[in-house]
Amino acid sequence: MSFLETFQLAIKNICSSKLRTFLTMLGIIIGVCAVIVIVGLGNGMQGYIEDSFADLGTDSLTVMVMGRGSSRSVSEEDMYQMVADHPEEFKQLSPSVSVSSFLKIGSDTVSSSTVSGVSEEYFSMKGYEISEGRGLQYTDISGRKKVCVVGQYLNMAYFGGSAVGQTLKVGNTTFEIVGVMAAESDDLEEGGADDCVFLPYSTAARMSYTGSINSYTVTVQDKDRIAEAKTLVETTLYNIFEDEDAYTVISMSEMLDTMNSMVNMIIGVLAAIAAISLVVGGIGIMNIMLVSVTERTREIGIRKALGAKESAIMRQFVIEAATTSALGGVLGIAVGYLLSSVATVVITSVLGTSLTVSPSLLAVLVAFGVSTGIGVVFGYLPAKKAANLNPIDALRYD
Amino acid sequence: MSALIEFQDVCKTYHMGDTVVRAADHISLQIQKGEFVAIVGQSGSGKSTCMNIIGCLDVPTSGTYLLGGEDVGRMNKNQLAEIRNRMLGFIFQQYNLLPKLTLLENVEVPLMYAGMPKAERRDRAKVALEVVGLGDKLKNKPTQLSGGQQQRVSIARALVGEPAVILADEPTGALDSHTGREVLSMLQKLHDAGNTVVLITHDNSIAVQAQRIIRLEDGRVVYDGDAHAPEAVVTPDLAGKGGAS
Repeated sequence: MSFLETFQLAIKNICSSKLRTFLTMLGIIIGVCAVIVIVGLGNGMQGYIEDSFADLGTDSLTVMVMGRGSSRSVSEEDMYQMVADHPEEFKQLSPSVSVSSFLKIGSDTVSSSTVSGVSEEYFSMKGYEISEGRGLQYTDISGRKKVCVVGQYLNMAYFGGSAVGQTLKVGNTTFEIVGVMAAESDDLEEGGADDCVFLPYSTAARMSYTGSINSYTVTVQDKDRIAEAKTLVETTLYNIFEDEDAYTVISMSEMLDTMNSMVNMIIGVLAAIAAISLVVGGIGIMNIMLVSVTERTREIGIRKALGAKESAIMRQFVIEAATTSALGGVLGIAVGYLLSSVATVVITSVLGTSLTVSPSLLAVLVAFGVSTGIGVVFGYLPAKKAANLNPIDALRYD
Repeated sequence: MSALIEFQDVCKTYHMGDTVVRAADHISLQIQKGEFVAIVGQSGSGKSTCMNIIGCLDVPTSGTYLLGGEDVGRMNKNQLAEIRNRMLGFIFQQYNLLPKLTLLENVEVPLMYAGMPKAERRDRAKVALEVVGLGDKLKNKPTQLSGGQQQRVSIARALVGEPAVILADEPTGALDSHTGREVLSMLQKLHDAGNTVVLITHDNSIAVQAQRIIRLEDGRVVYDGDAHAPEAVVTPDLAGKGGAS
């Protein structure tokens, strides 16, 4: 009796009791479906995090300088020198000074905007584009001019789209708007990426209490060598301060890695919990197969009397269990995909974020493999029981 | 020429609690190729044990059972399954057809386990069903048939593999006398065609259809000979009366 024929026999038996087979498969269906949706959710979260970090720039390092009292300090010249000394590692550098003074446009106080002082290179480093007017220039920095570039949100919300040439006030200082950034995100919203003002860092530094620059953004030549670049920055700063607590260097890609591994761990734990239901489903299959063996004792007896070897009976029941289980796996995959797309729609509409629940092909293959494997493992015991039946007793069984 | 079926001092004992039941007690017999033999006995006489051993469903506790010259007692379960498939055709009292399969598929089962290719199997099963007069019901399920028809299917299944021995266990037990006679005449035809038929029954009127009767009592052979001799059909009670008169 060939494998194909045994398989056809299994399909025939499964089809002859559809409801029972379906109920038996339910555990596997739910388990596979849960694993697929959870893994898909994890992929979606990872994609979402990566998109968010890509906006921040995974090729950049953020250097924060806390300093060590007044004895030692680092100037922007020191930092520019470091970049110039290692052109093979670093691409560009911009000081960034966050300004806490209130922004006033006309008579309105705008508290949601991010106001920061940056260099002329900052825009190209971040990939920001200027849609109107001009960006910041070297002369703005060196001359400590009172000019600024605003985000598209402020342009639209407060200047009716014609901000260039107008003025705004940061603290008590009036700045002339020389340029407007192109929209960064799809929807312009308060507090979003387009709600920002960029000043020359030299001007901004003078407005802060300390008058010094406490943060830098450095971009690297090669994303894959960001760890080496980070070490280089740290070494340079250590040589100046001789104290590790005086500075912090943050790499966005390292943070992304950390976040990803956290998400992966959470997804792994959730998937493992979901996988427990696969085991429960397997036990369900074993249970029904044991009942089925008892019900079909006479059939087994007849088959044995007609010359079926133990291995043939064994194979028949194992294949039947595996087929049931694999069929459950396929249905679970289908339901999992369905639920994934439903979840995508629900999450998008409820949370307003574009998180795509996308099951990976690997997860699907593993789910199918595991469900078939479960059928084989949990089908083994009932099949062994069937194969070991004594044909005389089995023939007499009613 | 050696016998097709040969029992040499076959014993079969069962343990029921503390008591030992001797279901076969030193039975020796020979059945030649082409014979039509009835093994007769009351319930508990050991005829079922005998049939299980002849059918290679069970092996003797002691003694030797040779089927076609092969020592069945030394075989493992796989070899027993193989010899059942190759050498024996079973006809059961309860027909024992597989209810989910069609008649054609039912008849194909022994050939399937013999590893015969599907097309050849199908052809041979069809021929076997035509022989028993059910060539027009190939696709029916057993439950759609009368008892007599079902028993004919099981006869087709028994002969399809061209076994050396056709073993019929109370083949008419579940049938009315009319269809029972039909089934018996079919067995008679099989015998006429040169098959070896072993019939197991408790019913003398059925047993006399055979050429030869082997009567068992308490696990022993009490008569072995011509089916038409008066001693063949004598029951213990009558024998007692006969002795008194």
